[in-house]
Amino acid sequence: MTTGYTLQQTASQVRRDIIRMVTAAASGHPGGSLSSTDFLTYLFFKQMNVTPETWKRSGEGLDMFFLSAGHLTPVLYSVLARRGYFPASELSSFRRFGSRLQGHPSVEWGVEGINQSAGSLGQGLSVALGAALAKKLSGDDRSVYVLVGDGESEEGQIWEAAMVASHHKADNLVAMTDWNHQQIDGSIENVGGMTDLKSRWEAFGWKVIEADGHDFTDIEKAFNEASAAKGAGKPIMILFRTEMGHGVDFMAGTHKWHGKNPSQEQCDAAMKQLEETIGDF
Amino acid sequence: MAEFINSGNKDTRSGFGAGLLQAGRLNSKVVAMAADVTGSVKMDAFASEFPDRFFQCGIAEANMVSMAAGMAIGGYVPFIGAFANFATARILDQIRQSVCYSGTNVKIAGSHAGITLGEDGATHQTMEDVGIMRMLPGMTVVCPCDYNQTVAATIAVSRWNGPVYLRFGRPSVPNFTEEGAEFRIGKAQKLLEGKDITILTYGHLVWESIQAAKVLEEKGVSVDLLNIHTIKPLDVEAIKASVARTGKVIVAEEHLIAGGLSEAVAGLLARTNPVPMRFVAVDDKFGQSGKPAELMSRYGLDAEHILSAAGQLL
Repeated sequence: MTTGYTLQQTASQVRRDIIRMVTAAASGHPGGSLSSTDFLTYLFFKQMNVTPETWKRSGEGLDMFFLSAGHLTPVLYSVLARRGYFPASELSSFRRFGSRLQGHPSVEWGVEGINQSAGSLGQGLSVALGAALAKKLSGDDRSVYVLVGDGESEEGQIWEAAMVASHHKADNLVAMTDWNHQQIDGSIENVGGMTDLKSRWEAFGWKVIEADGHDFTDIEKAFNEASAAKGAGKPIMILFRTEMGHGVDFMAGTHKWHGKNPSQEQCDAAMKQLEETIGDF
Repeated sequence: MAEFINSGNKDTRSGFGAGLLQAGRLNSKVVAMAADVTGSVKMDAFASEFPDRFFQCGIAEANMVSMAAGMAIGGYVPFIGAFANFATARILDQIRQSVCYSGTNVKIAGSHAGITLGEDGATHQTMEDVGIMRMLPGMTVVCPCDYNQTVAATIAVSRWNGPVYLRFGRPSVPNFTEEGAEFRIGKAQKLLEGKDITILTYGHLVWESIQAAKVLEEKGVSVDLLNIHTIKPLDVEAIKASVARTGKVIVAEEHLIAGGLSEAVAGLLARTNPVPMRFVAVDDKFGQSGKPAELMSRYGLDAEHILSAAGQLL
């Protein structure tokens, strides 16, 4: 694990990793990766009780994380590497032939920290729910975390899982929405109309917490509130208000960088805006 | 010819229910999930004996199968139960990604499979499920032939490591295999030893094939009859050995030709030993409402049609 750096410094390095990975691969998904960088950094470095060195897929006795929005591999791989699951040098193989770091996460390739394959949207919340119920059944009091996209929440299966999770009182399940209001075709409001996520999740019987997903004080408060709500009979949803492409001025606030790589010149411009802290891979 | 005695008609779905209960008693990690059809798919005995290990999932099959994947990651052996069409075609992508591509140890129990679901009609019947499941990398496909065999198959499936599609049916049919006989996944069951013609079959058509073999025997034709209860992985050696002796093959299945055992065997023999073949299966059609036996006859899935296929080959 990378130690001695503040959350801000770690997140800055993760953002550099994201841009450099998608630039080198000439493909990938920077927009949502940048919007979810801060709260995922907090989750892996402060919130979860995990042991990267002895990681095993079953997650027995430890907190677990599932990525439902599978295209957010740039941020996931970077955070995992920086947290010590595998060497950061491996990030240079992202999306290359034969690489363990597939375009979308795959357990077939045995990457430490990847519990489940994802990419086809809407499934990860259900998988996390199953893992959470398995923990309850075996008397394991750790939590299961899962990241869902706001665009992804247009999938019907998300709401099947929402219903079943509250029906079975999965109060050790903490879902997080990267609420960046953008999807491939444009804004959430214009494409799927999945607005007012708070009332929708509350209507499905969830404990809903809202936070600024780029403010570490607010992120900490939200996770503390989630921890306090554990065991109270309701699954927990943290809606992180974020900005797509956050941290790189020309990528911020637009859907246009959902699944597009920058040119080398654009990458260089982005690097000037993001401090190298831990050290580039 | 060996004798096969029907000890009394029973439905294979009840065999699943009995097998699941036994599997649950044998292994405390076995859990079950149903999508509002607990009684229909015969999970009720398991649910009442192991209420903590049974999860009612409502009419939400997609969530159910992905949730099962999560439970498998957590070390459990989940069985999900639904009507076969809703346990396969409806949730194909979830099975593909959450189960097969993720290598999760999920057991998919498809009840009411085939046209013998009967009166509900084509929306609830499925004759595509074996093909759909067979195509997925890493999926094992099992379809036992009667009550006793379904009990044994269910227990065997609970011990198998990896994704399995277990197919069974609704109607009461002859129960003739030995109670408690060992069920070996991937190993064809030789029912009759013969030299003139090979019949490869599974599920409800095994009994019909036995009836057809009796008639053929009386005419001096000896049948090599194999119950291919595991459609994937196919027992390639058993099929090749049989066909090498007889040089003629009938495949009989309550399924479309497309994707079924018919095409699996044709694909195998085309590469290894092309011989004349006939398929007693449905060609590119949906079913309709009717009584199970009536539908089997009208759609060409009975002893009579096996005999006419044999007539064409001999």
